Amino acid sequence: MNKVYPVKIIANTSIAPNTWLLRCNRMWEFEAGQVVGISFHPDDEPRLYSIASGTQHHEVWILYTVKPGGLLTPQLSTRNKGDTIYMTDPFGNFVCREDKAVWIATGTGIAPFASMFFSGQHTKKKLIQGSRSKDGLYFHDFFYSELGRDYQPCCSRIGEEGCFRGRVTDYLANLEMIDAEIPYYLCGSAEMVVDVRDLLIARGVPFERIMAEIFF
Amino acid sequence: MKDLIGKEPLFGKTLSELEQMVLKLEMPKYTASQIADWLYKKEVSSINAMSNISKVHRDKLQENFVFGLSDPVKEQASVDGTKKYLYRSHVGKFIEAAYIPERNRNTLCVSSQVGCKMGCLFCMTGKQGFQGQLSAGEIVNQIRSLPERHQLTNIVYMGMGEPFDNLEGVMKSLEILTSDWGMGMSPRRITVSTIGIIPAMKVFLENSKAHLAVSLHSPFEEERRKLMPIENVYALPQVLKTIREFPLGKQRRTSFEYIVFKGLNHSARHVKELARILTGIRCRINLLYFHPIPDTPLEAPTDHIMQEFKEALEAKGLTTTIRKSRGQDIYAACGMLSTRELQKKNGQ
Repeated sequence: MNKVYPVKIIANTSIAPNTWLLRCNRMWEFEAGQVVGISFHPDDEPRLYSIASGTQHHEVWILYTVKPGGLLTPQLSTRNKGDTIYMTDPFGNFVCREDKAVWIATGTGIAPFASMFFSGQHTKKKLIQGSRSKDGLYFHDFFYSELGRDYQPCCSRIGEEGCFRGRVTDYLANLEMIDAEIPYYLCGSAEMVVDVRDLLIARGVPFERIMAEIFF
Repeated sequence: MKDLIGKEPLFGKTLSELEQMVLKLEMPKYTASQIADWLYKKEVSSINAMSNISKVHRDKLQENFVFGLSDPVKEQASVDGTKKYLYRSHVGKFIEAAYIPERNRNTLCVSSQVGCKMGCLFCMTGKQGFQGQLSAGEIVNQIRSLPERHQLTNIVYMGMGEPFDNLEGVMKSLEILTSDWGMGMSPRRITVSTIGIIPAMKVFLENSKAHLAVSLHSPFEEERRKLMPIENVYALPQVLKTIREFPLGKQRRTSFEYIVFKGLNHSARHVKELARILTGIRCRINLLYFHPIPDTPLEAPTDHIMQEFKEALEAKGLTTTIRKSRGQDIYAACGMLSTRELQKKNGQ
């Protein structure tokens, strides 16, 4: 379906326990929110990852966690600068074209929103980012300094400074009012997506205003 | 995959896997065919009952393996004759299978995953998230351990999970079900349903002869992506393009599953667009009643809506059937299978 290109790794860095940021040379234009397939050989079935870098970046960034026993990530984490991997054309429609929106992510589900953020699409957006602990709030410092009050980090672990204590669902459930007129974009595990979607619907947001991206 | 005492099940292994295994155990290669025969053709459930295999070799097998069948742990019966069976998976989680007897056929709806990652808005399974993949053995076990297995005529992979998110387990299970060395079922009696994971769908189309069913639910990308997040990754036009490009032959069928939601996806505009996008695809549309699930914003259609929509589609030349709701009272109907509560109760 998609063309596959050899790409050179520029850097492959552990940015948090079990989480890596892969930086490669960029071969194509893309829209923030799209995904690419990654493989070690052109004939392998690629695994899909959201692009985390902005559309103006010269590099393409991929945020990934190492899944023990996984087909790609355990090996990928051992690749170094200068190594070649294979990447497909970008594809997918998880793009945010609205002026105003709420972005909600957990874990590496932050990637499409990071791409939107680094592409300059963050004006009038509110970002709610969740993780167990602060080291799982990837790109936290960028969001914190740029978005100010429109950035809400949530950590379920006790004692994480500057964060709402609890899950993103707890944060949303505690809000006095939820704006039902604006679109909500969700990205994360199936559990998070389903729970947040149910909660938003229960709080009066029409399902038509909820867009979700899932990991699989 | 190993059981609780650390032994691997034989049930679920393909002939080539059995061949590799017997060679490793220093047994003659033909033993693999004998084992396959006992596993998939005969009504036994223990290694010891494999009477044409020498005692020494049976002992060797028992040292390393278990037979691997597991009976359903619970059965529920609907007033309409549908039965729902609960099976325990190897990781101690639960899955369900629905047996649907009809006048001319008896269908088993099997699960391919514990839970599901796809997060479709209308599906109860999606609400429990994803807890794990089923092995080929666990998929085939739903058939082999079914009390009504001798009356079974059709199998549909439409239970819990997205089959093409477990391609390895599903393809291996199809091999076991349809091979001469396996259960010898006709692939024409088997339908695998997907929401449209294109790369896996291609592998299936190229390597299996079973029928394909695609969950459609709306012909409009914008509308579909609000019901089914997968649309954001694999868009409907690409799914249809893939199907168009693959010659299915005369024996093989593509069907499109279309759950009707009251006031949402059954207008004249939908009829027109369905006729347009399905042009050139030899297919059937199966209309399904939406079965309301907790906290859903969607509504069930009336009989009148279903009939009117069917007639409108047929007037456009689309072969359309209305699928009766079965097993709704025991939560066995389409989109209602879930073991979330059970998982919670068991503290998992």
